[in-house]
Amino acid sequence: MKLSLGPLQYFWPRERVLSFYRDAAGWPVDIVYLGETICSKRRELRTRDWLALAEELADSGKDVVLSSLALIEAESELGVVQRLADNGRFLLEANDLSAVQVCRERGIGFVGGPTLNVYNHHALQLLMEDGLRRWVPGVEQGRELLKALRAAMDAEGQPMPELEVMAWGRLPLAYSARCFTARAADVPKDQCGFRCIEHPDGLPLDTREGEPFMVINGIQVQGMETVDMAPERDELAECGVGILRLSPQHEDMAAVVAHFHAMLRSPVPPPRLGARNGYWLGRPGKASLAGPALD
Amino acid sequence: MQLVCPAGNLPALRTAIDAGADAVYVGFRDQTNARAFPGLNFDEEELRQGIAYAHARGRKVYVALNTYPDSARLSHWQRAVDQAAGLGMDAIIAAEMAVLHYASTRHPDLPRHLSVQGSATTAAALRYAHQRFGISRAVLPRVLSIQQVERLCTVSPVPLEVFAFGSLCIMVEGRCQLSSYVTGASPNRHGVCSPASFVRWEEGEAGRSVRLNGVLIDRFAAAEPAGYPTVCKGRFDVGGEVFHALEEPTSLNTLELLPRLAQAGVAALKIEGRQRGAAYVGSVTRVWREAIDQQRRAPQGWQARPQWQDTLASHAEGRQTTLGPYHRAWH
Repeated sequence: MKLSLGPLQYFWPRERVLSFYRDAAGWPVDIVYLGETICSKRRELRTRDWLALAEELADSGKDVVLSSLALIEAESELGVVQRLADNGRFLLEANDLSAVQVCRERGIGFVGGPTLNVYNHHALQLLMEDGLRRWVPGVEQGRELLKALRAAMDAEGQPMPELEVMAWGRLPLAYSARCFTARAADVPKDQCGFRCIEHPDGLPLDTREGEPFMVINGIQVQGMETVDMAPERDELAECGVGILRLSPQHEDMAAVVAHFHAMLRSPVPPPRLGARNGYWLGRPGKASLAGPALD
Repeated sequence: MQLVCPAGNLPALRTAIDAGADAVYVGFRDQTNARAFPGLNFDEEELRQGIAYAHARGRKVYVALNTYPDSARLSHWQRAVDQAAGLGMDAIIAAEMAVLHYASTRHPDLPRHLSVQGSATTAAALRYAHQRFGISRAVLPRVLSIQQVERLCTVSPVPLEVFAFGSLCIMVEGRCQLSSYVTGASPNRHGVCSPASFVRWEEGEAGRSVRLNGVLIDRFAAAEPAGYPTVCKGRFDVGGEVFHALEEPTSLNTLELLPRLAQAGVAALKIEGRQRGAAYVGSVTRVWREAIDQQRRAPQGWQARPQWQDTLASHAEGRQTTLGPYHRAWH
């Protein structure tokens, strides 16, 4: 199994981003996803900066993939996807059908990101015809769904693409045209003052009785819990998962990577450091909640 | 511009047709559509009657097959496509690639509309669905500003349908897991959002509390109107302040944008609300029929009438309406 560093979900100052990836160059991760996937207004690093960073990380031995926006509204944002696709060296992670089409029109391969809404083997086959080489399922796609999908691929004699699963980090739950960080600060989105930069691990949202519930991250909403799938590593391997995605966090990322690296070399699965992923078991994603398996 | 209205059952379908809908959209009574609510939707005989009623009056019926089947259940969605073709539906409204592909290869003459759940917001995404699945129309997610909608109309390979009125999803449709995070049941997979079977109301000293699978979504004072606990419409604590952190209970109403939508070349206006009763459908349909007809006849100086707006507001969540994403400041 390989380890990947997923795209940075939060908005950090330029120097912090650069130092994070300087450190990451020395971490035992095989694949690094770079780029802005949440909000096109986050420009501490411009497209050319991400591309320069990609070259540096690739030169230090990382397999680099360029990630693209999950929600594309303006033509200028589509233009950025086209520039990323035209980089000539690195694969693109397509997080929207727009990016799939951009790759398809150029005849280049891509990684199918978690917001593409692939729930069955036939959709996956169609995307593979389009150039999909690796698939990162979304948060809802749990164990039984992946097993059935794989069995259906086998039955039709179709090879699976590389399979990468979100194994560490907060679950991305929703995207909106509205910026919830700007809303919380009571400022218009167009004059947001880039408030996301004040929340390097997102802005916590609790219930009215003080229970931590979700995290606001610009136009994205995440679950509050940091999910840890290291204890499920054997199940993940049985499902054909070849890559574990670790989502960047502001503190202690080196320790997270080290934990997963050690886990892959240990004969026994490690203790759970984060929360269980309810979706994996066909239950509510927030694993502490009861619920019948609906599959 | 075509007026496309919701019908959750046969009486609502007839009411929509009688009130002037050019087309109605319906769902089968299972998880193949995004309003898989108890007591809603159509069996085959009801669909036959509904289609006959609409076709006798020169109107159309579309069926929403807009959820996302997993591999184990894909054949059920494929049978639903076959059934739609067999019944003589005028189009299917679908989001999922395998469903669209199946329909395009097995029933190429059955028109395919890309559902709002397909999350297509750009010319490139629309080109994909057009080239790959031969869609003849796309319904836009409720995320674009009016300027973006106008621009997209000029570059889209297919005619566009937009939401005109009704309950407002604050999240990109097809990209929201808030319901399944709390309940396990999702719009994409199960055709439901924050389902009623998980809702519990509690009376207490602090007021009336409403929980979804145990999670406190909101709490209301004695005289305060209490809304349905959709996760995105609850009140939460962010930085010590309690407010509607994601969205207020309010409905989308684009009536005042009618001239611009017409001018932009929008092909169809969609009314949300298959879960609403015939009274809602009739009343809202009549307002939009009259507004569209008057705007078409006399575009110069057309204005939304106050009584139209009053009627629409009376059917809105919390009696409040918004231009939503069409208006840039809303973001």
